[in-house]
Amino acid sequence: MKRVALLGMPNTGKSTLFNRISGASARVGNWPGITVDLMSAKILMGGHIAELIDLPGIYDLHGFSDDEQVVRHFLEHNAIDLVIIVLNSTQIDRQLSLALQIRALGLPSVLMLNMADEARRGSISIDIQAMSERIHMPVAMISAKYGEGFQAALTLAAQSIASSNMQLTLEQINSRLQADNVLEQEMESIVRDSVQMPAQLTDQTTERIDKVLLHPWLGLPIFFAAMYLLFQFIFTAGKPLQDGVAWLLQMLRGGVLEPMLAHVPTWLHGLLLDGIYNGVGTVASFVPIIILFFLIMSMVEDSGYLSRAAFLMDALMARLGLDGRGFVMMLMGFGCNVPALMGTRVMRSRNLRLLTMLVIPFSLCSARLQVFVFMTAILFTPQQAPLVLFTLYLMSFAAIFVSALIFKGRYANSEPFILELPPYRFPTPRQIVLRGWQEVGYFLRRATKFIVIGVVLVWVLTNFPSGAAPASNETFAGMIGSFMAPILTPIGIDTQLAIALIFGFVAKEIVIGSLAVIYGLQGDALMHLMAHKLDWVQGMSFMLFTLIYTPCLSTVATLRTESKSSAFMMLSIVWSLVLAWVVSFVFYQSARALGF
Amino acid sequence: MSSPLTTSLDNLHPGEKAAISSIHAEESLFQRLTALGFRAGKQIEMVRRASFNGPLHVRIGTTEIILRRSEAHRIQINTGL
Repeated sequence: MKRVALLGMPNTGKSTLFNRISGASARVGNWPGITVDLMSAKILMGGHIAELIDLPGIYDLHGFSDDEQVVRHFLEHNAIDLVIIVLNSTQIDRQLSLALQIRALGLPSVLMLNMADEARRGSISIDIQAMSERIHMPVAMISAKYGEGFQAALTLAAQSIASSNMQLTLEQINSRLQADNVLEQEMESIVRDSVQMPAQLTDQTTERIDKVLLHPWLGLPIFFAAMYLLFQFIFTAGKPLQDGVAWLLQMLRGGVLEPMLAHVPTWLHGLLLDGIYNGVGTVASFVPIIILFFLIMSMVEDSGYLSRAAFLMDALMARLGLDGRGFVMMLMGFGCNVPALMGTRVMRSRNLRLLTMLVIPFSLCSARLQVFVFMTAILFTPQQAPLVLFTLYLMSFAAIFVSALIFKGRYANSEPFILELPPYRFPTPRQIVLRGWQEVGYFLRRATKFIVIGVVLVWVLTNFPSGAAPASNETFAGMIGSFMAPILTPIGIDTQLAIALIFGFVAKEIVIGSLAVIYGLQGDALMHLMAHKLDWVQGMSFMLFTLIYTPCLSTVATLRTESKSSAFMMLSIVWSLVLAWVVSFVFYQSARALGF
Repeated sequence: MSSPLTTSLDNLHPGEKAAISSIHAEESLFQRLTALGFRAGKQIEMVRRASFNGPLHVRIGTTEIILRRSEAHRIQINTGL
């Protein structure tokens, strides 16, 4: 099988081209020598079966940025039959250097000049014949977005697949890359001979939109309004979809699975339905929200607005060791942490990304909101309730800022903050749908096993040893609750609430349901009992703990798959537990000391 | 040769143009700037400056770029065009 690598600068439409060639058949996979996932697809290329790999976007091969390191290690550990270099036609005057570097390495390669449509609009003309002769590799002009010139370019690529593949050592890469200024002179000479472009290209539309969206005073209010609308959309459109999935799962359980499993032993019945099936259901409930989120995100990202948001928010975020794009993901985390964590992939520095992933789980997501609405209704008057909820939102932001400040030294970001502002573009429906599809597939393949195992584990804890009533003090969960009493009593959490917190580790949606099982009551009766058993200080302490500790198993699973590090996942869990305890302790003890 | 018209990029006002005279940066920053088109002799325009001491929005040829003021400070420009 032949191996073909796609390589190009950021914002050149490389991934769009990858998606056009591979369709929906792309898979995320591990590669020798590197620590990030790369998309790849098996394709047919001029009679060869080839494996096409989408490498991260890079500016050059010197290896200063994390992504450049990834590409260098990839080339070092994997033999290549062809490199398809993707560059932006409208910026060919500075991007050609990357093609010259690849040529210096001696890799078999073909150059695709993308965004032919934008080049035409900007009156840029490129003599690809002349350019091809000068750089000694085939050149084609394409528009990956609209498919223009695509078939011809693929044929050209198929003809260029080398008869023997090539693998480089790091020494070879370094020794062949010297003499940047020579390369630069060559680039200028080639551009002079084969490209005609106006001295300055200004996109009138983009300039006009930027005047409003990046306005010194209006920019930020517009940004927050836009974020609020997107957030509302995901929330209002996502809720009925999630309810629909829950309803379907319930129907399947009541109508098919329960009758089918009526005669199996009780423990097996419990394991299959309350363990495994509920685990699968937990995974399924995230599917609609991830699809919706990435439909929106691909529009925000591909349009170029995300870089603008970075421009607007950077003054504040820089102090926290984060950047403006991290702020967008944090806000999205208030809808659901899982897709927000997946969205951090736009950040190309690993440390910056890890720091952002560490703070996102403190965003008060919609599942936690349900718990808080229920608890505040029990413990507070209708006048007080909104104020309490508002306080919890403020605490959420405070937890984010404090964590960022504490950990920004550990995850110091060394990459300079220099971003391109691409012209505003609107993605095609095909691009948007494909993105949602890919992200859901990624989540399902990577997180399902982890989540199902976790749900089964919690089921075991809350149902065994056999003979104990489910979720009672005699179960393993109850024992853990009693064992932890010396730690939990100072924050006002008794064994029953501790069991609810163990359930809450799976998902916050099931906390209220678990309270019903724990107290053996439902609806109004449950609310009366809880109002009777808990005072507001205990309730508030419980809510603060619920807000800050691990949001849910799906978030944990996503932290692990996105960071590719179990140690990082553990750090996130431990830090959030410690912070949750400290905050609840300070609150509970001060409130008691003040006589409440 | 330094003339009174030489200053650093972070001092440029929106709408003003200048020519880059030199870049004083460590290799990683230097490479990134070069890749994005920051080279001695190139003309650069300040498009806007973000509020609260935020980043700068500049234009070089066909590329628009945002960068922090600390990084812009390392780029020397010549305003006497």
